[in-house]
Amino acid sequence: MIQIVDYGAGNLFSVQNALNYLQIENKVTADPAELDKADGIILPGVGAFRDAMQMLNRSGFTEAIKEQAAQGKPLLGICLGMQMLFEKGYEFGETEGLGLIPGCVQLIDGGGLKIPHMGWNDLTVLHGCALSEDVQNGDYVYFVHSYRAETDDRYISCYTMYNEKIPGLVFCGNVYGAQFHPEKSGQVGMGILKNFAKLVTA
Amino acid sequence: MLAKRIIPCLDVRDGKVVKGVNFVGIKEVGDPVQCAIDYDRQGADEITFLDITATHEGRSTMIDVVRNTAKNVFVPLTVGGGIRTVDDFRDLLRAGADKISVNSAAVRNPQLISEAADKFGSQCVVVAIDARRKAEGGFTVVVNGGRIDMQMDAIAWAKECERRGAGEILLTSMDTDGCKQGFDLELTDAISKVVNIPVIASGGCGKLEHFSQVFEKTGADAALAASLFHFKELTVQQVKEHLRSHNIPVRR
Repeated sequence: MIQIVDYGAGNLFSVQNALNYLQIENKVTADPAELDKADGIILPGVGAFRDAMQMLNRSGFTEAIKEQAAQGKPLLGICLGMQMLFEKGYEFGETEGLGLIPGCVQLIDGGGLKIPHMGWNDLTVLHGCALSEDVQNGDYVYFVHSYRAETDDRYISCYTMYNEKIPGLVFCGNVYGAQFHPEKSGQVGMGILKNFAKLVTA
Repeated sequence: MLAKRIIPCLDVRDGKVVKGVNFVGIKEVGDPVQCAIDYDRQGADEITFLDITATHEGRSTMIDVVRNTAKNVFVPLTVGGGIRTVDDFRDLLRAGADKISVNSAAVRNPQLISEAADKFGSQCVVVAIDARRKAEGGFTVVVNGGRIDMQMDAIAWAKECERRGAGEILLTSMDTDGCKQGFDLELTDAISKVVNIPVIASGGCGKLEHFSQVFEKTGADAALAASLFHFKELTVQQVKEHLRSHNIPVRR
């Protein structure tokens, strides 16, 4: 069973709607101790890095998520949830992240393009990973964000271009992150969630 | 490359999709959830519901429509029509809407834009601007389906919306709306030049070429249409194929 972390930020319902539609067993949890019973964890998020990290810290989820990830449990961060998987964020000053993937989170350099980067943009597969199995080069997914991960290429499964290279799907062992919203990305996004569920039941 | 978006809009009254010309002879023509699912299958990049219900009961019906749509459609969902308060925003976002569009309430109380953006983030605040050409040149903001001229410059208003935290502008030309002679390119270009947030062009499309025109000749990020798709004169798919043949990036 997949648990969706409810720490007071983020739109949990659309992630839950997508999992329900795919008939993937799931539960929203606000209790860090519950994560122990999960087979996989989804960390959603909308908002600012610092506020969301503070909420994770205060609710006790920071330690619980790190502990579960260290045990090898599949973890998927979505949007801000993906950004928080990295070591540091620079939205409203420097903030420590979960540190599960090497790298940091910086403001997008749009080079004159509109910020936030919002809408459907196409993916290029750099390294295949368990979640990107069905992703083809040129598949579109839905992004809404102003910050991007800065990380070594080896952790990037798929990226998109928006003046600069924007990591779209990242991975490091059992930890995965999607900068875009798979739950709002039509068939391509649903495929990614299905693949995460496969990993969880495997 | 960021794709240009094609957004079908559904007018909903008391939980049913309705269609009429200029609010006259309105007919119930379908179930909004099923219509949204159909548009999703055609490749719509986003779905917009415009709630034209006037009654309180109708509004809670709309929340059910949004909730059921969000369970079945996995592209962004925008809801507009009659939204007046931050609580209205919250109710619809909780039901599963991704963006909320405000029109006359924002014109009358611009603070609503700032409050909603602070509370829920700019990404979900769409300001719908209905604009009309002035005899002496320029564009004025109108509300209530064009019946009331607010005597506000549309370009200045668009800038203020952005400054207050709007994440997107849904721009409808009251001169071209319903005429099927094409989008108002001058208006769309003027607004998209002065704001740094996405602009959705609306009002006037009647054939495929109107879509390529609006993307080739203006800075529009998206185009919205209601009756054209509703009466199946064109499908979203046909529009996208046409745009692709013009080398305009669209989601496949």
